[in-house]
Amino acid sequence: MNPTYESIRRSIESGETSCETITAEMLGAIDDRPGLNAFLAVFRENAIARAREVDRKFRDGTAGRLAGMVVAVKDVLCLRGERVTCGSKILESFESLYDATAVSRLLNEDVIVIGKTNMDEFAMGSSSEHSAFGPVLNPVDSTRVPGGSSSGSGAAVAAGMAHTALGTDTGGSIRQPAAFCGVVGMKPTYGRVSRYGLVALSSSFDQIGPFAHSTADAARVLQVIAGKDDADSTTSQDPVPDYLASLTKDVRGLRIGIPEEFLKEGICDDVLAAFHRAVDRLKEAGAKISNVRLPHARYHIATYYILMTAEASSNLARFDGARYGYRSPRAKDLQEMYLLSRSEGFGQEVKRRIMLGTYVLSAGYYDAYYLKGQRVRRLIQSDFLEAFRAVDALLMPTTPTTAFRFGEKASDPLQMYLSDVFTVSANLAGTPAISVPAGNDSEGLPIGIQVMGKHFDEATVLKVGDFLEEEVT
Amino acid sequence: MKLNDAYEPVIGLEVHAQLLTASKAFCSCSTQFGVEPNSNVCPVCLGMPGTLPVLNRNLVEFIIRMGLATGCSITPRSVFARKNYFYPDLPKGYQISQFDLPLCTGGSVEIDLDDGSRKTIRLTRIHMEEDAGKSIHDIDVDTLVDVNRCGVPLIEIVSEPDMRSPREAYLFLTRIRQLVTYLGICDGNMEEGSLRADANISVRRKGTTPFGTKTEVKNMNSFRYVERALEFEINRQIQVLTEGGTVAQETLLWDANLGVAIPMRSKEEAHDYRYFPDPDLVPVLVEEAWTGRIRESMPELPTVRRDRFESTLGLPRYDADVLTAEKETADYFEDTLQELTNQTGRDRKDLAKPVSNWVMTDILRVMGERKLAIGQVPISPVRLAGMIRLILDGTISGTIAKELFEEMLGSDEDPESIVERKGLVQVSDHGVLSAAIQEVLDNSPDQVRKYINGSDKVFGFFVGQTMKKLQGKGNPSVINELLRKKLDGLKSA
Ligand SMILES: [Zn+2]
Repeated sequence: MNPTYESIRRSIESGETSCETITAEMLGAIDDRPGLNAFLAVFRENAIARAREVDRKFRDGTAGRLAGMVVAVKDVLCLRGERVTCGSKILESFESLYDATAVSRLLNEDVIVIGKTNMDEFAMGSSSEHSAFGPVLNPVDSTRVPGGSSSGSGAAVAAGMAHTALGTDTGGSIRQPAAFCGVVGMKPTYGRVSRYGLVALSSSFDQIGPFAHSTADAARVLQVIAGKDDADSTTSQDPVPDYLASLTKDVRGLRIGIPEEFLKEGICDDVLAAFHRAVDRLKEAGAKISNVRLPHARYHIATYYILMTAEASSNLARFDGARYGYRSPRAKDLQEMYLLSRSEGFGQEVKRRIMLGTYVLSAGYYDAYYLKGQRVRRLIQSDFLEAFRAVDALLMPTTPTTAFRFGEKASDPLQMYLSDVFTVSANLAGTPAISVPAGNDSEGLPIGIQVMGKHFDEATVLKVGDFLEEEVT
Repeated sequence: MKLNDAYEPVIGLEVHAQLLTASKAFCSCSTQFGVEPNSNVCPVCLGMPGTLPVLNRNLVEFIIRMGLATGCSITPRSVFARKNYFYPDLPKGYQISQFDLPLCTGGSVEIDLDDGSRKTIRLTRIHMEEDAGKSIHDIDVDTLVDVNRCGVPLIEIVSEPDMRSPREAYLFLTRIRQLVTYLGICDGNMEEGSLRADANISVRRKGTTPFGTKTEVKNMNSFRYVERALEFEINRQIQVLTEGGTVAQETLLWDANLGVAIPMRSKEEAHDYRYFPDPDLVPVLVEEAWTGRIRESMPELPTVRRDRFESTLGLPRYDADVLTAEKETADYFEDTLQELTNQTGRDRKDLAKPVSNWVMTDILRVMGERKLAIGQVPISPVRLAGMIRLILDGTISGTIAKELFEEMLGSDEDPESIVERKGLVQVSDHGVLSAAIQEVLDNSPDQVRKYINGSDKVFGFFVGQTMKKLQGKGNPSVINELLRKKLDGLKSA
């Protein structure tokens, strides 16, 4: 059983252990399994130095709310003076000038950042196979993908290389690897956590969120990173409630909806069984279960891929070789600098999405694709608003299957995109969603169950997640 | 170049005005001009990965001022859009602008045509955007980029194709400059690039209504070039048509050195900007209360001021036009008038014309000769008022005043002390003046004879001679009076 932050903190305060010991253990875990390839950078000296400093704060009684928590950070988030590669060759040697807001809020509470985690290039992918720096292996079964795009963050927490990790979720990039690796992963409401310092994939979908062994620890991290940030106009002014207070395990009277459109086909038996087990447990505990309809469910994937690629094509325009990042040594003029730097610097999937996104925004296609996509997104959003009038939360599997094998879907982008079918909804609607472990399949692979809530009602999502979470063996 | 009378040009302008906000549109960097390249920058305006724009509210306030001054409708919910294109001076690969939901729509401005009539030029829209950086190509080490200007706020004022001659376009542009400077939102300096104009031009046979194919002329970066560039392009189009050709829709760059507009390579202009709403910025919500507060704090507009100069100060229309053409000139005039009113306690209406004369002739002359802005003229409104007071209270003569004015240009000494130090005080003493007059008459027997024989023209000669004798310090009205008395005495004797 993995200890929660609460018990870790108690052990530090009682002198049983120290931040330095814990950090050294985590570094040891990283060294023990280098083949996992979860990290792109490990901050050995800095982490130990910082652990000592936090130990001193414990002695002085000035330790912050998350003091001693060892955190891994997805390499799409900026840390001043450190590289931020986004899993891409084009940013291989690029160092950030500033800290992402979410990271600096954690640092202010005395976490220890142990390193930057591997990921699908520019957060595009569901398997880590699109990282320019090699795939991450699933710690549970190294023949399987860890999920993506926050692959290293999910794997690092699952493999005991960090207590918690930050990931980003544009269409499921936190929840899907959490499900595949057997940990908790949460995407907050759009606007709950500042995106400042997150290298954007798709600005109207991206959210930063935590990976953890428990819903409680995810809540602790969210508590710190959530809230208004003047540097991000899209953050909400809404007050951040006390999330831990909502973890009562009492689900009596809670109205839980099951979106029937999602359960029709393509879900493997073990995942479906785990899902029904979760429904039964909730029912037994006094929750009210009902079916809800999401009439536009079959448009989710298409809408998501149209809008996400459109924004991505624009967001990634700045990587042009002019000011920073990779510049092709073969370029002889401006046109070649753009063409060669971007052709050589970006991977296949990134180029595919830039082309798709450029296409859907182009004159003559804008109305048929982008504009229509925006309209359908609003319909999808109103589907969810409608559903949430009748229920407090929605329950569904996080993924249709457990972790697939390397190479299984890499050659077929459409198959890869379809594995996001249960996760993109929350990003389209902007709602919060969590994936919690729900046992293993017959092959011992972790299964994830997803809880989705109303906008800014992370409290209910966490409450249900906390009730449902099971230890993965 | 003479325009062919059988054709009529149709001109619309797009004017970019760089706003005088202290900080940039989407970050807190300074907008200060002329500092070291790449020093007014931060991760946000450098477009560093992970940064986000945060709207400067002053930008919205500035554009609302312009919208209200031109009678636009203010859009209650307007949206920023991304204009996507690659260029080295565009760090994000897109420019934040507005597309289908601009902040101001409709509206118009009036221009005063040379024949004294007025014409209304309608506006399509006014929207907000950020400026790009500056590429510097003239150094032999590749292209250099200065991104200080990146993110500096601009408004783009788009007119309807309502202008029918290069002159009208020029007048429209000067009216826009007058408005933005009066509103204090832009310094109006075209040469430094704070005001930039692109024109859409087509020609059609007179008397026909459909528009011809239009071209766009860019890079008219001086007021002087606007009319020349437009004339060039209109003549070119007319020539194409009269030779039986068709005008191609294209973009041309005005080359001031060659005096021609050169088509851009089609590759450069074949842009599909792929506009879409910027997801990093929330819609700009403008409530009526905000617009109301801005409306209350609006400065007096130039045409209103001109009319007030005419009606309440009793100035001729010509004076009112010249004085209000530039806000600084009108301010200078009013400051001087206020100061003079304070110093003399007399009615503003009586003082306005003398002040206007001095500003319009002498101050504007100095500005022209020395290429100075009015604020740089070494004579402040306080000193000018002091000088005019000395004329009005008879301390100095108008002739001496001209001399004093030149003196004042060279130092910051106050006029009274110059008058005292140089002994320029006007001589009104009857004894001194009579003696001088007598001497003049004694030395000019021929002219005296002419006067006695009925030629009044020589009277001016006697005044001039007397003044000369007194080094210009004689009080002209006393000299007139004494001279008339003496000559009439001779006549009747
Ligand atoms: Zn800046």
